[in-house]
Amino acid sequence: MAEYLGERESGVERLRWAVRSWQLTAAMWTRAAMAYRASFALMLVANVLITSLDFVVVVLMFQHTDRLGGWTLPELGLLYGTSAFALGTADLLVGSVDSLGERIRAGTLDVMLIRPAPALSQVCAERFSLRRLGRPAQATAVLAWSVSAVRVDWTWDRVLLLAALLVSGTVIFSALFIGGATLQFWWGEAKELQNSFTYGGATLLHYPPTVFAKELVAGVTFGLPLAFVNWLPLLHILGKPDPLGLPAAFQFASPLAAAGSVLVAGVAWRAGLRAYRGAGN
Amino acid sequence: MALIELEDVARTFTIRAKVGRLRRERREVRAVDGLSFTVQAGECVGYIGPNGAGKSTTIKMLTGILVPSAGRLRVAGVDPARERTRLARRIGVVFGQRTTLWWDLPLRDSYELARRIYRIPDARYRANLDRCVELLELGPLLDTPVRQLSLGQRMRGDLAAALLHDPQVLYLDEPTIGLDVVSKVRVREFLREINTGAGTTVLLTTHDLTDIEQLCGRVMVIDHGRMVYDGGLDGLHATGQSERTLVVDLAGPSAPIEVPGARVVKVDGARQWLAFPAEDSAAPIVAAVAAGYPLLDLSVREPAIEDVIARMYAKVPIG
Ligand SMILES: Nc1ncnc2c1ncn2[C@@H]1O[C@H](COP(=O)(O)OP(=O)(O)OP(=O)(O)O)[C@@H](O)[C@H]1O
Ligand SMILES: [Mg+2]
Repeated sequence: MAEYLGERESGVERLRWAVRSWQLTAAMWTRAAMAYRASFALMLVANVLITSLDFVVVVLMFQHTDRLGGWTLPELGLLYGTSAFALGTADLLVGSVDSLGERIRAGTLDVMLIRPAPALSQVCAERFSLRRLGRPAQATAVLAWSVSAVRVDWTWDRVLLLAALLVSGTVIFSALFIGGATLQFWWGEAKELQNSFTYGGATLLHYPPTVFAKELVAGVTFGLPLAFVNWLPLLHILGKPDPLGLPAAFQFASPLAAAGSVLVAGVAWRAGLRAYRGAGN
Repeated sequence: MALIELEDVARTFTIRAKVGRLRRERREVRAVDGLSFTVQAGECVGYIGPNGAGKSTTIKMLTGILVPSAGRLRVAGVDPARERTRLARRIGVVFGQRTTLWWDLPLRDSYELARRIYRIPDARYRANLDRCVELLELGPLLDTPVRQLSLGQRMRGDLAAALLHDPQVLYLDEPTIGLDVVSKVRVREFLREINTGAGTTVLLTTHDLTDIEQLCGRVMVIDHGRMVYDGGLDGLHATGQSERTLVVDLAGPSAPIEVPGARVVKVDGARQWLAFPAEDSAAPIVAAVAAGYPLLDLSVREPAIEDVIARMYAKVPIG
């Protein structure tokens, strides 16, 4: 009998296999969606239009004022663009994990667990659809405009920090999606709570920290690490004072916060799988 | 070589039920309660028991889906819950109640995905697929979207999907559920070929005892999470205290026959049914009846396996 087991795999190989499994699953869903191709373009356009409304609201606010909490429109554009990009990309890559509860109830998680691919990769790629490119695409457009319109000298440290925050922000939101969805192993209705972390959190980050109460800002710095997605690094890029008066190191700490979030989400996911009780038949 | 080993395995579920308006009560269900058994390579084992006995829970622990609450499990040299993905390459699983196939895609696409996910070498994949297609007559179905397949066709598709990577063990949880007689026969023939021809170890749960009679040399019966019988099919009769029936036709209606070693269970005009332990000889009973009653005709009926098992289920104390 043939065996294709290989030796014990290293961490890198396991990560690579997790990504590969995600790709294979996503490719299957993309093909499955082709069966309904006609609606694809329509949904993509609708998606861009609907997500654009968020920013239209911001622009309308600036009809009556030229500053909000001390921030100009292009500065808000940076907030909006970075937050929406990070959320949208995370949603594209792992957002489907939020229907974990449905997968559990329908018994399809069992089916994923018998394949030699990480269940998390399969759940994240479930219902993968390029239609979800709408949000990151629209965010990129807003970001491009803001970068050119804002009064900032784009020195290399600022450019690097912007790139780092986009990646870290995407990772932080991904960890929030996964960590939040993990609650559904214990509590079937946790989806709403998780959506309020992710989608709610992203909307919060569309506005400057100065318009919110200090307690809230502290909460999303030391609790859910949302402030690291864009608030803190943008303070450095835009040369603004920190409303909490934290050390400047916080403004560069987004990658660390991202790594920490991934660790917590990973541990939670493993605990969730151990607590998994099956669909019941 | 022992391929599956369980030692004192238990799995409990905590159920929170509402009692009254506000109070919630936690209750423990022992779905599997101290189960130990071993399955050797190449065996075909029937795993049966009434609804809720713990069969599916056992299979889920053997695949690594569920973590056991206590005890030790080993399948193909691996602890299932700790090394689930590693084990996945060595086992095949078919759930009668749900499919592993991709609903909106042609059957062929599900197999292609299996090839990549299980990293099946090309030549092996082609050989295995060809064999399954031939044995299960899947040829005309390969390009049909799975959602358009009938239940029997889909089950055949699932069987093939579970076997493309040459698993050492095949678990089947109610593989014949909902199938018509013809489909059942075909599935059984295929499983026999997989077990005796290819030497794959098979563990099968079912409520259709014909599956067991036709496929399994060994049967394990569980109830309330505990093993109540493990052995050959014929041994079930002794354990189940089954009874044979003597059907007697007398010259005319009469009072219930009274002979030692048998009791009347039914009277219908001139015909009477007498039950006696399956392991006893029928001869002295027949002689006693013939001596005391106007006997016209008689026949002996062997116990049906269904009855034996039903009796066994009923006998187990509820705990
Ligand atoms: N996820 C779960 N949560 C709570 N209880 C469960 C769960 N899964 C199974 N049980 C309970 O565990 C017991 C065993 O269930 P299991 O599904 O293993 O039985 P089974 O032998 O497969 O029955 P059937 O023949 O009906 O399929 C039942 O009492 C069932 O209610
Ligand atoms: Mg079952």
